[in-house]
Amino acid sequence: MSLSLTVNGARRDFDGDPDTPLLWVIRDELGLTGTKYGCGIAQCGACTVHVDGRTLRSCSAPVSAVAGRQITTIEGLGSRAAKAVQKAWVELDVVQCGYCQSGQIMSATALLEQKPKPSDTDIDHAMAGNICRCATYHRIRAAIHAASAQLAG
Amino acid sequence: MHPLMNRYRDAEQRRLAALLGVPDPAAPALTRRRFLQATGAAGLVIGLDLAVPGAARAAMPGVEGAATGPLAPNAFVRVGTDNLVTVICKHHEMGQGNTTGLATLVADELDADWSLVRTEYAPSDPKLYANLVFGDLQGTGGSSAIANSFLQYRSAGATARAMLVAAAAETWRVPAGEIRTAKNTLTHASGRRATYGEMAVAASRQAPPVKPELKPAARFVYIAKDRSTPRVDSPSKCNGTALYTADVKLPGMLTAVIAWPPGFGAKLVSFDATEAKQVKGVTDVLEVPEGVAVVATGTWAALQGRRALKVQWDESASRALDTDGLLAQYRTLATQAGTPFTKPAADAGAAAAPAKTVEAVYEFPFLAHATMEPMNCVAWLHDGMLETWSGHQFPTFDHMFAAKAAGLPMDKVKLHTLVSGGSFGRRANVWSDFTVAAVNVATAIGGRAPVRLQFTREDDTGAGLYRPMYVHAVKVGLDAQGRVASWQHTIVGQSIMAGGPMAEMMKDGVDPTSVEGVMPTIYDLPMLQGTLHSPVLPVRPLWWRSVGNTHTAYVMETMMDELAAAAGKDPLAFRLALLGKKPRAAGVLKLAADKAGWGKAGRAGVAQGIAVHESFETFVAQVAEVSMRNGKVKVERVVCAVDCGVAVNPDVIRAQMEGCIGFALGALYYSEVEIKGGRAAQRNFDTYRALRIHEMPRVEVHIVPSAEKPTGVGEPGVPPLAPAVANAVAKLGGPRVRRLPLTRSDLVET
Repeated sequence: MSLSLTVNGARRDFDGDPDTPLLWVIRDELGLTGTKYGCGIAQCGACTVHVDGRTLRSCSAPVSAVAGRQITTIEGLGSRAAKAVQKAWVELDVVQCGYCQSGQIMSATALLEQKPKPSDTDIDHAMAGNICRCATYHRIRAAIHAASAQLAG
Repeated sequence: MHPLMNRYRDAEQRRLAALLGVPDPAAPALTRRRFLQATGAAGLVIGLDLAVPGAARAAMPGVEGAATGPLAPNAFVRVGTDNLVTVICKHHEMGQGNTTGLATLVADELDADWSLVRTEYAPSDPKLYANLVFGDLQGTGGSSAIANSFLQYRSAGATARAMLVAAAAETWRVPAGEIRTAKNTLTHASGRRATYGEMAVAASRQAPPVKPELKPAARFVYIAKDRSTPRVDSPSKCNGTALYTADVKLPGMLTAVIAWPPGFGAKLVSFDATEAKQVKGVTDVLEVPEGVAVVATGTWAALQGRRALKVQWDESASRALDTDGLLAQYRTLATQAGTPFTKPAADAGAAAAPAKTVEAVYEFPFLAHATMEPMNCVAWLHDGMLETWSGHQFPTFDHMFAAKAAGLPMDKVKLHTLVSGGSFGRRANVWSDFTVAAVNVATAIGGRAPVRLQFTREDDTGAGLYRPMYVHAVKVGLDAQGRVASWQHTIVGQSIMAGGPMAEMMKDGVDPTSVEGVMPTIYDLPMLQGTLHSPVLPVRPLWWRSVGNTHTAYVMETMMDELAAAAGKDPLAFRLALLGKKPRAAGVLKLAADKAGWGKAGRAGVAQGIAVHESFETFVAQVAEVSMRNGKVKVERVVCAVDCGVAVNPDVIRAQMEGCIGFALGALYYSEVEIKGGRAAQRNFDTYRALRIHEMPRVEVHIVPSAEKPTGVGEPGVPPLAPAVANAVAKLGGPRVRRLPLTRSDLVET
């Protein structure tokens, strides 16, 4: 039986194993490779996407669980908050290897969409699920504050 | 040539190829890479190779034929008729920012407009792209990318500039000395003006200068100019378009995972693929030298197939291996004399009995690199050739071993090097494990389709190739004035180089990477007597960001604090007294101490620990501010001073110091791969923990202004962090930590 998904505003059908994690549907079936595989057990956050505006670790969510919901990947980001986050990320040269950064940006965007002026503690809570082995955390925090300032301005 | 490429072999390419003297325009890797980046061929420069025209190139020594491409300097830069400057990067980008660094070097001497600079990665060709530190080997490591390229890439840019100037002088009939260059534009006082793009064709007909003139530092426009050259890879890494190995798509490509041996030295006995083959999407289940490959149309099918696979392993030879047993053996070895790694002391035995003796035994665990992108490689056997796509950090090794695995001559093997999601040493290994395994799978399916081999996180963490376990036993005698009078130092741990292609770098049975940081040390310690044991284990050892310095700096720098305490001296003053021969080490130490307010009363409950180390010719000192609550350590702030010679990209240097500090802190807190029953006990981030954002201290980086030759920054920020923190913990009344990670002493939340 085919599942109907809404990814980045477009309807997509998937007729494979309904237990397939959303991550592999996004990457292998839909060809959206900005969302990354890092651990497969919702520990690192590299696979973070938005489902109805909230973050979801797509590596551990069966695709059947998100049928009919609004799924957004890094390729589909377009909100004002998202643009501010991406701009701040580039301006502060946050990235190093970059592999985790789609997930970081998805988490940061969801945070700012819900809380446009986050405290450091808010940032800790929202971002603690995203590992960066290059440890760009220092700049991630600064970039979230910079994006927040831009949204307020 | 595979059909995909036909689309891009258009007339423009043929024209340019003819100009370059390259008979087959699709042969250079850049064509395919450009395809892969999905940036579209039409809008991009193919590049007018302007530095050495065909005729001049043919006359140059060492050129084996036009098809192999031009010799230096033009292997590094092209200027297109569209006014874009393309820098060809010989080094692997794994986050450390060397792509931006190499482009900065070319752009500065070329007087390029940074917004018009593009980069791409070089093919595997050590004749053109060797790391000058490694001799004839193309590869990235040892924090050497900018250090070895500093003059080479500047010369490449200066050559291109000289030819553009010569072309303008000829066209405008004015003396070359009167032409000014800035931001991709040539100008003359007469009002003449041209962009580099407009002058590119004429410039390609000019003879390159024999020895291009390089700028004096005072005329640099980008080098050492803070934030003048933002990272070239930021935009693509912030919008999901950066192309990693995991993202490569080729027509009909299959995905493979391997059922790897569960333990170190486990042997495959048999397997039953019946159920695995019933999983929808699984196409093949095949034995490969590494284990059993499950090949499928997608990743999830491959993983499900592997789950359904029944494999019998013989672990009889590996089961006895475990961390506790190894540690007991290492501790015993540490009491015995091994291979000396220092010259015998001239007055051995003559020294008077010390007034005080400080003794300590240190224990360091196996460490996995845990790159964010687990290992992977795409391999495609077709038309009598092999192509691979991966984060080929050491192309020369990967090329050699890929060819061997495929049974092809090296000229029938093409490597496509992509950015990688971290390495920390993992992708620079002399077995080329991820490349060879992918080639073996491609061979096993008879070259039927391109195949991507993907390691899961568990596969990668359990694969070995670890920073080896080490034990150090140190005994230091102080005289009545509190000066070091004797120093006996025993190191036990696997050699990284022995038994591999790097073994020739060993001297008198000593692997320099096992002892670097103790021998040589920055401190004036002529009495230091060192001895080394290098046990051989079935767990493959590998360098891990800063290599031997990961453990030697910890020992030397915590011992310095213990000695200072025993001598009743300030740790900073005690160190400075021993740094008379290393002014740059003393310099960073004083700078970090000064900026951190060393010796001044700080906040209650916060202690400062200090450490300094030289690695890869770069000097780094750090002051860590640490508090403890309920017996648990919290690092609040780290003040870092670095002297890496000319600071080519100050912001990249700061970023590397910040990253090194977080990377090293995570390892200090949590990292350990334990071996139990011959198997790696930690396999994923739930048990092999990494630092997270709430644990990241504030970081302040100070760069020493310097005119010395530039040295690396990818690794040298790692070594001082752990000892600086440990020294602060001891100051707060905590234990002298001699076994890592801190979870072993219950000093962090678990």
